[in-house]
Amino acid sequence: MLAMASTALVPSHANAETVLRIGMTAADIPRTLGQPDQGFEGNRFTGLTMYDGLTMWDLSSATKASVVIPGLATEWKVDDSDKTKWIFKLRPGVTFHDGTPFNADAVVWNVDKVLNKEAPQFDASQVGVTASRMPTLVSAKKIDDMTVELTAKEPDSFLPINLTNLFIVSPSKWQVLYERAEGADAKAKSQAAWAAFAKDAAGTGPWKMAKFTPRERLELVKNDNYWDKARVPKTDRMVLLPMPEANARTAALLSGQVDWIEAPAPDAVKEIEGRGFKIEKNEQPHVWPWQFSRIEGSPWNDIRVRRAANLCIDREGLRDGLLAGLMVPATGTFEPGHPWRGNPSFQIKYDLPAAQKLMKEAGFGPDKKLSVKVQTSASGSGQMLPLPMNEYLQQALAECYFDVKLDVIEWNTLFTNWRRGVKDPSANGANATNVTYAAMDPFFALVRFLQSSMAPPVSNNWGYINNPKFDELVKKARTSFDAAERDKALADLNAASIDDAAFLYVAHDVGPRAMSPKVKGFVQPKSWFVDFSPVSMAP
Amino acid sequence: MLVYIARRIVYVIPIVLSVALVCFLLVHITPGDPLVAVLPADASQELAAQLRAAYGFDRPLPVQFGLWLWKALHGDLGTSIATGRPVLTEVLRAVGNTVTLAIAAAIIGFSLGLMFGLLAGYFRDTWIDKVSTSIAIAGVSVPHYWLGMVLVIIFSVQLNWLPAVGAGPGGSGQWGWDWAHLKYLVLPAITTSVIPMGIVTRTVRSLTGDILSQDFVEALRAKGLRETQVFRHVLKNAAPTALAVMGLQLGYMLGGSILIETVFSWPGSGLLLNSAIFQRDLPLLQGTILVLALFFVFLNLVVDIAQAAIDPRIKRA
Repeated sequence: MLAMASTALVPSHANAETVLRIGMTAADIPRTLGQPDQGFEGNRFTGLTMYDGLTMWDLSSATKASVVIPGLATEWKVDDSDKTKWIFKLRPGVTFHDGTPFNADAVVWNVDKVLNKEAPQFDASQVGVTASRMPTLVSAKKIDDMTVELTAKEPDSFLPINLTNLFIVSPSKWQVLYERAEGADAKAKSQAAWAAFAKDAAGTGPWKMAKFTPRERLELVKNDNYWDKARVPKTDRMVLLPMPEANARTAALLSGQVDWIEAPAPDAVKEIEGRGFKIEKNEQPHVWPWQFSRIEGSPWNDIRVRRAANLCIDREGLRDGLLAGLMVPATGTFEPGHPWRGNPSFQIKYDLPAAQKLMKEAGFGPDKKLSVKVQTSASGSGQMLPLPMNEYLQQALAECYFDVKLDVIEWNTLFTNWRRGVKDPSANGANATNVTYAAMDPFFALVRFLQSSMAPPVSNNWGYINNPKFDELVKKARTSFDAAERDKALADLNAASIDDAAFLYVAHDVGPRAMSPKVKGFVQPKSWFVDFSPVSMAP
Repeated sequence: MLVYIARRIVYVIPIVLSVALVCFLLVHITPGDPLVAVLPADASQELAAQLRAAYGFDRPLPVQFGLWLWKALHGDLGTSIATGRPVLTEVLRAVGNTVTLAIAAAIIGFSLGLMFGLLAGYFRDTWIDKVSTSIAIAGVSVPHYWLGMVLVIIFSVQLNWLPAVGAGPGGSGQWGWDWAHLKYLVLPAITTSVIPMGIVTRTVRSLTGDILSQDFVEALRAKGLRETQVFRHVLKNAAPTALAVMGLQLGYMLGGSILIETVFSWPGSGLLLNSAIFQRDLPLLQGTILVLALFFVFLNLVVDIAQAAIDPRIKRA
């Protein structure tokens, strides 16, 4: 065991086993029991590696948008007579890491683990990160060994996309651990079983758990029996190490302790590249915005003001200066080339004269500034460099007669306030909030912000946007079960939100990662996730 | 002596209870949602209510405190919201790593501090004193996380002599007392040692100076004692105060340094606290603070008793 572990720190060519060592930004190994915590970094490292979903993201292309593809389900369709019911055909011949077969019972069991409070395997700690990402799923029912019926509480064409977040774990493995577990009652035994499962996990994914030291390291080995032969990993072992501090990650990479680090500090990029390491990056489905207040009296209710703000920002300057190239200028939630982009008539770009003209039309000028206040954080997941970036915006918008005040609060507090909305005292008089969001699926990218019924306390329509056109397009998208029709409705919704300058769209993160020249075969998709399978290690 | 020890232990009880109350309230009065680690901001109200009930956050604060304290007294600090693992297991593992680091740093810091302090005290107002004092001032003034980064840049990135991060080739779970493991300890231990080294240097310097100027030292020398014997007397007189300062510094180090442990990804209590704060993992935060506070209280108790054993005047007071 010791010899096996020490391979993580000796040069990879010292023995036949190839090892890829990765420094993550997380301060702890994301949860390993099937539903990871720590956002999409968790899914990236301990979700998609050891587990599969019924549906999956295509992570094979660096140029095309990442779309949903079959995973443990080979096909699915909505019931023609009842649009709340979906039939999923399952992939035959798939086995879990413990050798037990994957089938309809396993799917039902995994749905129950987060939705059925009466099920022995129900685990409250997994509910939040799962059920919230598939908000309309109600239950699952076995039709036959290779067919399941999923029921939603309302017709919802987004369900197959949401299901990328439900990772399928081995029920048999859990049952064995449950029977061995000690506890005062069934609930205590269940918790003990999940704790044991987290240390000795079994999914169907391309990587298997080999060694786990909480908060320090997780070692995964390739699954030679993976059902998709094209995705059997080309590296024998992957070692995941939590390194929350950017400079520590950079030092670990430069000193040869790891082969790959997530999110190098922007000011270290030049040195990293200068020493022969590679920086991989690509536009991510992530948006760094200001979300406007639209309640009565808000300065952002005037579309000329909203558009002026969007035209006043030199995003290329922000990218090339402050962020050392580690961002993509945002011209909406989705960029050209994405199936949900649409054809907006308002073009978001840097056009200072046009911005100033709009502001003058709205009644403002050098002698009459418009005072706005944005709530932001000093740090936070996905927030990039929130303070310097907001200070950049503050200066840029000053040229368009805005007087920007920043209300800087702790990240978790900002995140909590986001849900409470602009009318809550926690907004502290702010009329914009700066919380970044993932734009992986339609609900999280558009619906929760633009639909009027998503206003607090229901969801994240922080500024109480109430636009009948948005509501109509959301309804159309949700009830369009033909994929092309659904995508068209979503593209129209995105275009409408750009035309309305619903947000101040600033940047998309690019998921930068730095790696040793020994790392070969990596493809950085337009996604929060990556596929580690094609990665190989040169001697 | 036994009466003194019993009295000191009785004094500790209200302190421990106050610490428990303060650390419980501190994490509850901070703004934000205690379930942010497991409850995304886009979760439905029903889901939020369901999870609050499941974790017991829907109960009144006094009830929550009572339950938490009752369980804590039975050795159950609950489970981490973020990981589902028992808090006590998490804290003890981290504290073990911090103790390893603190002991290494203490050996370095106290040895150097004692050496520089005695040198500066014996050779007052000479260049030896000036150099020792400058080192002490630098030790307490230089931001230690910055020093850590500088050491990493020099010894890991540039020279490739020592690892930049981590707690051993296989993690702290496979710790061994050989060079393959110890080299992971060198940089964080040196970084952690600079503050106690500076403080001990200054304390010992002024103590040595004071003692050397006292009449009994003159008397010892007049009696014809060798300087090494005089030195032993000086050391014995300086010991109680130096011990108290060292104990306090060891206490600080055993608390773990969030900054140093984060810089070196050293899996101790500082890094655990950092993680608990950022994940807003209340049970883990409460448990970690409580254990560290108890550690500190216990250490002070031990130092007080040790001082009383060395200096009978303290006991009588």
